[in-house]
Amino acid sequence: MYRILKAGNLSGPNYEMIVEAPRVASRCLPGQFIIVKIDEQGERIPLTITDYDREKGTIELVYQPVGLTTSRLKMLKAGDCLMDFVGPLGKPSDLCESEEPEAIEALKKKKIVFVAGGVGAAPIYPQAKWLHEHGIESDVIIGARSKDLVMLEERMKKVANVYVTTDDGSYGRSGMVTKCLEDLIAEGHSYDHCVCIGPTIMMKFLCLTTKKYKLHTIVSMNPVMVDGTGMCGACRLMVGGKVKFACVDGPEFDGHKVDFDLALKRQTLYKTQEGEAFLAWKEGKTHHGGCGECGGEQ
Amino acid sequence: MADARTTTNMMEKVPVPEQDPKVRAMNFDEVCLGYQEAEALAEAARCMHCKKPHCVAGCPVNIDIPSFIAAIKESDYTKAYEVISQSSSLPAICGRVCPQERQCEGKCIRGAKGDPVSIGKLERFVADWAREHGLKMKGAAQKKGKKVAVIGSGPAGLTCAGDLAKMGYDVTIFEALHKAGGVLVYGIPEFRLPKDAVVAKEIENVKALGVKIETNVIVGRSVTIEDLMTKEGFEAVFIGSGAGLPMFMDIPGEQTKGVFSANEYLTRSNLMKAFRKDYDTPIAHGSKVVVVGGGNVAMDAARTALRLGAEVHIVYRRSEAELPARAEEVHHAKEEGIQFHMLTNPVEILAGENDMVSGIRCVRMELGEPDASGRRRPVPVEGSEFEIACDTVIMALGTRPNPLISSTTEGLEVNRRHCIVADDEQGKTSLEGVFAGGDAVSGAATVILAMGAGKKAAQGIDEYLRNKG
Repeated sequence: MYRILKAGNLSGPNYEMIVEAPRVASRCLPGQFIIVKIDEQGERIPLTITDYDREKGTIELVYQPVGLTTSRLKMLKAGDCLMDFVGPLGKPSDLCESEEPEAIEALKKKKIVFVAGGVGAAPIYPQAKWLHEHGIESDVIIGARSKDLVMLEERMKKVANVYVTTDDGSYGRSGMVTKCLEDLIAEGHSYDHCVCIGPTIMMKFLCLTTKKYKLHTIVSMNPVMVDGTGMCGACRLMVGGKVKFACVDGPEFDGHKVDFDLALKRQTLYKTQEGEAFLAWKEGKTHHGGCGECGGEQ
Repeated sequence: MADARTTTNMMEKVPVPEQDPKVRAMNFDEVCLGYQEAEALAEAARCMHCKKPHCVAGCPVNIDIPSFIAAIKESDYTKAYEVISQSSSLPAICGRVCPQERQCEGKCIRGAKGDPVSIGKLERFVADWAREHGLKMKGAAQKKGKKVAVIGSGPAGLTCAGDLAKMGYDVTIFEALHKAGGVLVYGIPEFRLPKDAVVAKEIENVKALGVKIETNVIVGRSVTIEDLMTKEGFEAVFIGSGAGLPMFMDIPGEQTKGVFSANEYLTRSNLMKAFRKDYDTPIAHGSKVVVVGGGNVAMDAARTALRLGAEVHIVYRRSEAELPARAEEVHHAKEEGIQFHMLTNPVEILAGENDMVSGIRCVRMELGEPDASGRRRPVPVEGSEFEIACDTVIMALGTRPNPLISSTTEGLEVNRRHCIVADDEQGKTSLEGVFAGGDAVSGAATVILAMGAGKKAAQGIDEYLRNKG
């Protein structure tokens, strides 16, 4: 069992949770993720690591409840326990893999921009923080549909130069992250390394934009996953014409080589079943149809 | 009853009760119900106690088969269990999943003229009796005060850990998944190997010997072998991490929605219990499923899909004689109504509406010259392509060892198939104090061979630690 030390709402639909998991905290690096299973009946879901404290042996998660498991997760409080919590999974971000002086010097010469879409800010934060702690500067674009969905802005500002943009213009700049990146470039910023994390559709379009600028772009994929150790192949993607497993070969890949259309299709596989399960949980015995799936309305 | 049998029907084995195929196709309960005492006694009476028992030589862990059958004849099941326990830590499992027809029973003299003695069913009877009567294996009288780490809680790891604990070592098993048991839990379905009633109980027995099991630890990610040995005080390590990486065919359309590895499909159903409504994990309920492959895993996936309500077809590129699955599984699958298409190989997976699988295009095969495995190589028959309409395809083409450990352990030698190089006698690897066995070394094989390797490695580790002082 893994004890929850802190849990609650951050702002709007954003939730955080700090979990005691000393083995994960002792070795994790930015870019890696964990798999959590709430209880015996729960499913295994991957969540990215937002922050970690090696001394305290804790892992911080920041997430937006969307489906059954994340919605159940947000009901948990400090003092509660998670049945299973495993990691760190996946490969660490290329940027944060080496602390050798030569590697750090090489990074200092790079002009790095992070592009975070929605919950993508959660996995971007530890990378920007790691770079900052090693004396490397970076720019971070935080994009969200509207003001209430902006995540981790204040903490990000402590470790990077932050540009916020909202689709509806309710906060910061106006427009999508693609426009913000193009605007920054037009304003005279130049970049030679981009890391983009967010919804698959947003990563797809950002990669189309960066291709125009020949800007090397890394994306972090979030496909359907079961075990997270390379065992099931549910998370398989096509990258540069080859089959890759996001859990062990990734989750970060060269965004210009990822087949996003295939990834988008594969993500919808369990949508109906997940929706049904979510409704059944949310509405419990009060659910009498209307979902179009259970037949309860007849 | 034994005494009512005539000489002629001594040639035939006592049939084992099974759930009716029509009934069991609708549930996940165990198919084979096992012998009752009278049936076990009657079957035991068929053993002739050969002076040179070939059955023992046919058993990968050399269980003293004639002795345990003799004990059954005397109705001394405690003694029978003790005999088996000397060689096997997981008898209730082996009695259910070993390919006996190729091992002990395949060597039985009775098999020359009639049915061999049903050694597997007798082993299961003894193990089940022991469990129901609360019999436990004997632990170590004295502790040695030395720590050994075992990576993986499948058949190899459990056996190695159990044997080392019996010798007095302080053993901790590290398991990557949230539940101990490895392939016994994620791979083999409930209807063939009940999880709570059998697997969990066998694991409890191993724990009762003093073995600790830490789940949710992925060696190579959560901790490395080097850390275990330098920071956590383990003096030797056994790697029994299995062969968990699924293979695909690399044919067009394989990434279409509705194409699964058997590993994914079975893990969802077995480990995550997706077949039960009270569990959260989803699984595809296909209406027409094609399973590609002919091994035990293919049979397991096919019979799982059947129980989830699908019409199921198995396509296999060789002929029936080459099916690698246990004879009993093939027989059960046929009884349950699974349709077999032999000498058939997929060439493309077709997508239809919503980008879901709509069918599979196959080519007929014929057997040519023998290949490296000694089996006749299947070659495609030109112009014989045809389509099978389906909404789900499950690939059961075998598995490879996961490179997670080998790639994070400097100096650990692997071959080009990612299998860890270890010697046959003791499982020694290229690293001092590090031993390995089971599928991680051999590539995908059987539960009993993994147990055999775990056993030898336990002896190897004991010898190594005693010499080390």
